[in-house]
Amino acid sequence: MSEFLQMGGYAAYVWSAYGITLIVLGANIWAAFRNHAKMLARAQRENRLERSGRQPMVKQIT
Amino acid sequence: MGLVRWFHQLASPPYVYRLAGQLAPWFAVTAGLLLLTGAYGGLVLAPEDYLQGDGFRIIYVHVPSAYLSMLAYMIMATSAAVGFVWRIKMAHGLAVSAAPLGASFTLLALVTGGIWGKPMWGTYWQWADARLMSELLLLFLFAGYMVLRASFDDREKADRVSAILAVVGVINIPIIHYSVEWWSTLHQGPTIAKLDQPSITMDMLTPLLVMILGFTIFFAWLLCKRLQGEILSRESHARWVEQLLEGTTR
Amino acid sequence: MNAFVLILQRDLRLAFRRWSEIATPLMFFIIVASLFPLASSPEASQLRESGSAVLWMSALLSSLLALDGLFRADAEDGSMEQLILSPAPLSLIVLAKILAHWAVSGAPLLLFAPLLAISFYLPAEALPTLIIALALATPTLSVLAAIGAALTVTLRGGGAIIGLLVLPLTGPVLIFGTQATEMAINGESALGPLYLLAALAVFAISVGPMAASAAIRVAME
Repeated sequence: MSEFLQMGGYAAYVWSAYGITLIVLGANIWAAFRNHAKMLARAQRENRLERSGRQPMVKQIT
Repeated sequence: MGLVRWFHQLASPPYVYRLAGQLAPWFAVTAGLLLLTGAYGGLVLAPEDYLQGDGFRIIYVHVPSAYLSMLAYMIMATSAAVGFVWRIKMAHGLAVSAAPLGASFTLLALVTGGIWGKPMWGTYWQWADARLMSELLLLFLFAGYMVLRASFDDREKADRVSAILAVVGVINIPIIHYSVEWWSTLHQGPTIAKLDQPSITMDMLTPLLVMILGFTIFFAWLLCKRLQGEILSRESHARWVEQLLEGTTR
Repeated sequence: MNAFVLILQRDLRLAFRRWSEIATPLMFFIIVASLFPLASSPEASQLRESGSAVLWMSALLSSLLALDGLFRADAEDGSMEQLILSPAPLSLIVLAKILAHWAVSGAPLLLFAPLLAISFYLPAEALPTLIIALALATPTLSVLAAIGAALTVTLRGGGAIIGLLVLPLTGPVLIFGTQATEMAINGESALGPLYLLAALAVFAISVGPMAASAAIRVAME
């Protein structure tokens, strides 16, 4: 097990590379899901406002 | 004809939204399995390299990242071009979704490449390497696309102007690659070491292929999620969105 | 062809009326190049080493600066819409504008670059190659900067974002330009990189205006 963690002396390099990969992939997952949820919430808000006859306050594009 | 009709449906936001929603979980599970298998194969099963020892295992995250960065750019540029020529909003939506993912993969490729380079070739970075410069250019192109989009208030204008930038960038990638290669072969001698092996053995190659496939499906998964968000953002006032929301809130 | 000549004459006349448009990029070029010895070292050996790189970077940056307002003035006063509607192809008009701008910004560079080169202790034998290389490279830089200007014509803070978009595309020009200069300094024939610079220029001039005119059309829709 310790030999596995040591990676023949390259531990710092191999594990930091894999670690950064995990972080980047994870961050992308989080960002994509958050983006979807945010857009759903915004669509809900705008639909509620429209149904009640009021104009949406800020028309944001991006 | 079934295929032609399906193609037309791809331009329809509610169809694509539903399709993306259905595909996403499958992609997620498949990607997860592939990535776990590939990582296990790469870290544990693959034999150690006779030159680089265990250090070469970085290849299993570096190469897939680099490959995905280029795939993402091609998808972004192609769909932006399609959207520009045929005025299909869905295509622009796909390009927008691909951009942040592509930029992340590019950054990851550069960083993991640098980490790999330090112990192997003595340096985190090498200006004379054509592949490094092409990858760096790719990062700037992604950043430029996203920044240019953000500068426009009108979404359609943003779509079309940044599509031009994306296409101009495609032309430049091979140009940069070959000009640096030409330049470096003139100045640098054989001091730029490459992965100098006669061939890569099957037991080292298999985890790599699995990881590449895993990364690709991971990309497809998040592309679906981002595309859904993008569609909602563009179509928030459409009837079908209203019905969709009523379905979830009820 | 008539439209090309007319636009060329018009833009040249406008440029000469506002002589600051000619002088500013040139002064920028000289000032930037002059600051390098202050930043690094005034030693002859050091300057000779970095001299060609400094000259090329300064030329690059001043080309970018020069073309920032290439389309904006016309876009703001409504003449751009007239040009878009005219029967002459927009890319031809764009090419004429780029040529006019190069004549007043790129060409003077060719006069001052050798002087700066001498001040950087570059050998006199390298000067003809330097001038030819710059003569071949500045049109490409102008075209690339024009594409950037076209993409951002309606944006307020245009200048900086042009840099982000265009500078990465100028890599090959920089590579071959400095290589030609280096080879000339070492006494070798720089024909290889010069041919490549020429090829890039031909490619840029034939394709660039089309991309720029597409961008202008879209931006002004």
